[in-house]
Amino acid sequence: MAVFESQELRKPPISQVGIVHWLRANLFSSKVNVGLTLAALYMLYVTIPPMLNWMIFDANFNFGEFSFLGFEFGEVMATNVTCGRSAACWPFIYEKFDMFVYGFYPRDLVWRVDIVFAMAALLFVIARLVRNYQHKSRFFLAMIIGFPIASFFLIAGGVFGLEEVETHQWGGLMLTLIIASVGIIISFPIGVMLALGRQSDLKVINFFSTIYIEFIRAVPLITILFMASFVLPLFFTGGVDFDKLLRALVAITLFQAAYFAEVVRGGLQAIPTGQYEAADAIGLNYVQKNALIILPQALKISIPNLVGSSISLFKDTTLVLIIGLMDMLAMVNMTANDIHWMGRETEGFVFVTMTMWVFLYSMSRYSKKLEVRFSTDHKN
Amino acid sequence: MKKDNTIISFLNNNETRAIAFQVITLLIIAFVFYSGIDNLIANIEAREIHTGFAFLSNRAGFDINESMIAYTPEHSNLRVFYVGLINTLVVAVVGIVFATIIGLIIGIARLSNNWLISKLAGGYIELFRNIPILIQILFWYNIALITLPSPRGSFNFFDSVFINKRGIYVPEPVSEPGFAWVLIAFVLGIILTVFMRRHFKKKHDETGIHTRTIGYTIGLVLGLPLVVFLLLGSPMHLDYPSLKGFNFQGGKTFSPEFLALTFSLSVYTATYIAEAIRSGIEAVDKGQKEAAAALGLTQAQSLKLVVLPQALRVAIPPTINQYLNLTKNSSLATAIGYPELMAAFGGTVLNQVGQAVEILGMTMAVYLVISLCISLLLNIVNKKMSIKGR
Repeated sequence: MAVFESQELRKPPISQVGIVHWLRANLFSSKVNVGLTLAALYMLYVTIPPMLNWMIFDANFNFGEFSFLGFEFGEVMATNVTCGRSAACWPFIYEKFDMFVYGFYPRDLVWRVDIVFAMAALLFVIARLVRNYQHKSRFFLAMIIGFPIASFFLIAGGVFGLEEVETHQWGGLMLTLIIASVGIIISFPIGVMLALGRQSDLKVINFFSTIYIEFIRAVPLITILFMASFVLPLFFTGGVDFDKLLRALVAITLFQAAYFAEVVRGGLQAIPTGQYEAADAIGLNYVQKNALIILPQALKISIPNLVGSSISLFKDTTLVLIIGLMDMLAMVNMTANDIHWMGRETEGFVFVTMTMWVFLYSMSRYSKKLEVRFSTDHKN
Repeated sequence: MKKDNTIISFLNNNETRAIAFQVITLLIIAFVFYSGIDNLIANIEAREIHTGFAFLSNRAGFDINESMIAYTPEHSNLRVFYVGLINTLVVAVVGIVFATIIGLIIGIARLSNNWLISKLAGGYIELFRNIPILIQILFWYNIALITLPSPRGSFNFFDSVFINKRGIYVPEPVSEPGFAWVLIAFVLGIILTVFMRRHFKKKHDETGIHTRTIGYTIGLVLGLPLVVFLLLGSPMHLDYPSLKGFNFQGGKTFSPEFLALTFSLSVYTATYIAEAIRSGIEAVDKGQKEAAAALGLTQAQSLKLVVLPQALRVAIPPTINQYLNLTKNSSLATAIGYPELMAAFGGTVLNQVGQAVEILGMTMAVYLVISLCISLLLNIVNKKMSIKGR
């Protein structure tokens, strides 16, 4: 009886496995692809090395002398002159770092801002930990109301023996974050009300909500910011000295409310009519119907788009520079006008761009994640 | 007892409540408006600000270095409004054209089976859409001013295109008498093409014989004007820029402000258009492509007749929305001083005249009208593209 011995398996041909196969399939699968790959490589060759040279290899990193474990490191901190013009001068950012983060906030008081940053980070961690906790909504509510109030008192001061810091001294990344978070928190309830108004059967309310939303969405934010800074004070008796930051916040809140309203309306429209009818059938009134049945569902499905809209708001906060607020972007020209660091705008721009990019990119990743988590179609 | 019930049911009646709510809303809005306007008038009077639109005919008194229409400081403020409006439209149109081209390329590249190309396109999108547009505008403007040479050391391309700190200088075509005929020939060519296409489509529908029309199209649209142009003895010449003293004369100039603005707007908006196009193409069911292949259509035919018409239905509405966003974002020129509507009229004129209500009202009205036009266009497109039921 013949015994079959299994023979050793032959290896697949080299063209079908490993890096060669991958290269062939993904980069050189056809003549066109060969051309495209080479063109792309050439483009990378032209752009990336000079950029890296400017940012890293030729750049100056002399942040000054420091000692570590008894060893001395570094040289004398570079100045505008010793840096040269052909590559980045990072000691400039190192020295002006506080300006970019806090603006003109008094240096001896920045610990108050740091506490707010630390609180925000802590709350973020706690929020993730209690995600499956039964009473999490109470916790979130307390957080959304408590944190901004505590932050406001800490940053503005003037109470509990804290020295007052006027808003024109606020600046840098701190200001950007303040404007963005205040804008999001206050405009959200307004947006929900506008969305409900636009979906309402009451003609007058529907009319005004629609007009408001469509008008705000049709004009650029900058015109609304100008309106807020030139015309808004005129609407109040004697309100000539209207805080500049408050004006910007009013403009951004009113602007963002219209965009949130459209997002929430999209969520409301996605709720099947049966839900409305069922709520009516069990005798709920308008407020109960919306608060208990409709909005929880509508808001849940709009969360990814709400985050998307918040990202746009975060980008739009840079515009406050045009009406004279000292946000992070404004610090670029401010710091490069320093007599010791003339003409270092490019470093400032690169630093601000990278900071904003990190924020926005992580936010957009987060919204993508939410989109997958909340998606109800079973594509994935 | 009974009376009480009628009152309660009257109060609980939905219609009564509806009317009551609306009346209350109206009253609140009317009150806010009234007190706001009242304060506004009082404040304006107290500060002795002029009202009304008389300022429009006043002398503007400042110069604008970029204008499509004739403008001097002697012109009126209304003229500044027109200059700004035209510049806004120019930026919008140029931006839209480039954003569409870049967006189309990046969107298709994102779906390429070439790994490197697809990743590069993805990197482009993630990089530029996550940087606020204002930073991009200021960044490129700053880079242009820093890296470009002074007029004397301009980058010179074939003695006809010059690039320096003051902008890009290109030869400007100047038409001579008789050039109108070339334009007429061009329009005629387009009209004839439409008729020609209709004729061959009819033939195709009736007999099934397909005729390639691309050659005829090129001949009619480009060839016909060219023949007329040559027959008339080339009634056009190029005005070349040349260095005279400290600056260039002649030709057409694009300022660094204009370039930074249109470049940033196109690069930024292109990321959104690319995403719209990618999702449009991805939205076409795989079965559609397979069905087209099963019918024996070639790859190109399948793309042209089956995939693209369905992909565009998804991709075009968000793209048009992005056109509107680009137009609105063009107002950020204020930050670098390109004299479009918001910078020239809403900025400089506002600073001089101080009538914020009127000036900002007019500026907002322009954007409102542009936005309404684009919405109208969107509705027409949606109607045209909606799936026609049988």
